[in-house]
Amino acid sequence: MRIALTATCLGDVMFPQAPRATALLLERLGHEVFFPERQACCGQMHVNTGYLDEAVPVVRNHVEAFSPVLDGEWDAIVVPSGSCTGSVRHQQGMVCRRAGLDDLARTADAVAAKTYELSELLVDVLGVTDVGAYFPHRVTYHPTCHSLRMLHVGDKPLRLLRAVEGIDLVELPAAESCCGFGGTFALKNAETSTAMLADKMTHVKATGAEVLTAGDASCLMHIGGGLSRIRAGVRTLHLAEILASTKDAPAPVAAGATDGSAR
Amino acid sequence: MTRTFLGLPVRRGARTLPDDVAHPGGHGTSASAGRASDAFGDVPHPDAPLRWGDAFPDAARVALQNTQLRRNLAHATSTIRTKRAAVVGEVPDWEALRDAGSAIKTDVMARLPELLEELERNVVARGGVVHWARDADEANRIVADLVKAKGVDEVVKVKSMATQETGLNEALAAEGIAAYETDLAELIVQLADDMPSHILVPAIHRNRAEIREIFLARMGDAPPDLSDVPRELAMAARAHLRRKFLSAKVAISGANFGVADTGTLTVVESEGNGRMCLTLPETLITVMGIEKVVPTYTDLEVFLQLLPRSSTGERMNPYTSLWTGVTPGDGPQEFHLVLLDNGRTDVLADEVGRAALHCIRCSACLNVCPVYERVGGHAYGSVYPGPIGAILTPQLTKASGGLSGHDDPNASLPYASTLCGACYEVCPVKIDIPSILVELRAREVDADRGRPTGWGAAMKAASFVMSDARRFGLAGRAAGLGRVVAGSSGRISTLPPPASGWTRSRDLPAPAQQTFRDWWRDRPVDEPRTEGGERP
Repeated sequence: MRIALTATCLGDVMFPQAPRATALLLERLGHEVFFPERQACCGQMHVNTGYLDEAVPVVRNHVEAFSPVLDGEWDAIVVPSGSCTGSVRHQQGMVCRRAGLDDLARTADAVAAKTYELSELLVDVLGVTDVGAYFPHRVTYHPTCHSLRMLHVGDKPLRLLRAVEGIDLVELPAAESCCGFGGTFALKNAETSTAMLADKMTHVKATGAEVLTAGDASCLMHIGGGLSRIRAGVRTLHLAEILASTKDAPAPVAAGATDGSAR
Repeated sequence: MTRTFLGLPVRRGARTLPDDVAHPGGHGTSASAGRASDAFGDVPHPDAPLRWGDAFPDAARVALQNTQLRRNLAHATSTIRTKRAAVVGEVPDWEALRDAGSAIKTDVMARLPELLEELERNVVARGGVVHWARDADEANRIVADLVKAKGVDEVVKVKSMATQETGLNEALAAEGIAAYETDLAELIVQLADDMPSHILVPAIHRNRAEIREIFLARMGDAPPDLSDVPRELAMAARAHLRRKFLSAKVAISGANFGVADTGTLTVVESEGNGRMCLTLPETLITVMGIEKVVPTYTDLEVFLQLLPRSSTGERMNPYTSLWTGVTPGDGPQEFHLVLLDNGRTDVLADEVGRAALHCIRCSACLNVCPVYERVGGHAYGSVYPGPIGAILTPQLTKASGGLSGHDDPNASLPYASTLCGACYEVCPVKIDIPSILVELRAREVDADRGRPTGWGAAMKAASFVMSDARRFGLAGRAAGLGRVVAGSSGRISTLPPPASGWTRSRDLPAPAQQTFRDWWRDRPVDEPRTEGGERP
């Protein structure tokens, strides 16, 4: 399958290991991966902060970068993020329509229909749960709010993780409660966000896991930032990194817990 | 700000009742008595129940420090959440019921005027009297005049959000009429001179030790050896209230539903206090928000399944009272229905925001909200807290000619959410609260466009950078300079405002040495399975 990759703005600049792992994983499974270089950001940050006019050019750029999918250039678009996929699927059309750009809205909706979050692409489109990964570590999984409640990915990420060789997957207590990130919520309501984060970290620590994983780099940045601050000794890894990990090319768990350095 | 004996802010005029004030003993009683005499005759600001206190982030900051509140709320909300999940999970057609509830409400909003007129016709035909109130003041005036016409100076009340919203108790107090709340939790709130912090469980922020303290200090006939055993507390309240039920000539209620095709009103409650109020007094006055009308009697089938499971986590509601006009020789012989607008028509005119009027006040969204669970209801500065309050309150107050823009504390409410979506998932009538929150944020931003702000400038700059791959690529490389700030640890622990809000409790990883974009471009072209596409 010919798959176009959305790196996401955060993934491109702050956490390139997530889109990198996504590309390597899909290639390992025998697919062709393309990176449409015109892409930048889906516009979610602007939308969720209320800056819908400012979101329009960002959304337009995203839609135009990926619209070749409608001409058969690629078979599908993959996004290693639940919340970016959610924004593409549920917000981009609304932003365009609100600005009176009905044609763009229709294109956005059509592109969105070809857009999949990573676990959706793997399980629903490619029909695979065992991706041949090897990751001999104790791991707990945080289902991010938007993947859970906007996309309804359900247990797809867990099915993928359970099939990983060597993994010790432990359940996260109160897993479905929000970590408190919420984009600019973490700044505008920093104290409330921290109160939510504190409870999430307590649950993560209770699992005894050495790795916390999720399908969103943003939520991992938040929980990971808190865990790093208290020197919790828990590393955050994107779901794609664990799925991309093999005996020959293991995901680096020994490096600094939140270090985004290239490998 | 004046504080009550338990440290809670006093919001409005005295709610302490004459015979309770006279009760000696209990610390803080003399202070509250003084306040009561000052406040009597005070007409509270009609907007106050929907707009009080500080903006949400500031109010939340204070609430978060209240460890007792945090503990009480965490315990109470998780208990209700678990109960709800269990009884919802056992209904095979729950999603179909939600769809039905949503569809009925959408239909109601599409033809609200005709349904209200139909309701009026049928209530009048069955011997009731219908009054129309444009706003809180008008509703309070109508009710006060009706009570005075009966020549009484005290009334019993069934818990009602509509009358909380209008500040009816304070308005009646100003007319020399004492209104006794008969719902146990509402009674606790009233005795404590407090504000409700939850739609369904107004005293959710109290634990039993606090309730015992309140009863001993403020409830005139509380037994002096009262313990904090829930059963004993309930028995004390029951004895206290029974006297009121038997002596009251006038009762005031809200309504969960008003059925247009029969003129039937409905109150759904759990304690039997509502049944007492609705049947014993000679006169019944019901204040109902105009959005509570449903087209037909059979529509109750849907809502009486949705409501109890969503609100209290019960399969069936304990006391469901339905009455139609006046029945000679049975129940109140005089019935008045006050239909309250108070901003609702303006909300209805809003294509996106009107879904907030679908709310049946079950409070499931409060119980699952991770923000509400930490800060409690008072931080929202409205009788409607939590997710539904965050979309309803700003719409109701803006419509009623209130402030808008950055200097209105209610303008901060749409931001009081991480958009986690838990509220939408449990809403029995499928109100898409996160989407409405986003829309209201956009309205706040648009209303504030004339004023230069840091956020506005940052968002404009970000829009410029993030709408173009070349500019974004350059910015990504520049961000790599953040590695200097991070130093050898690879983590950033202090940043200037507003990012300091982040680094006060979280590190930020150093930006990547090489962006994904650059890594992709620099990848050897002859690597297997990476040919073609847009790669050079």
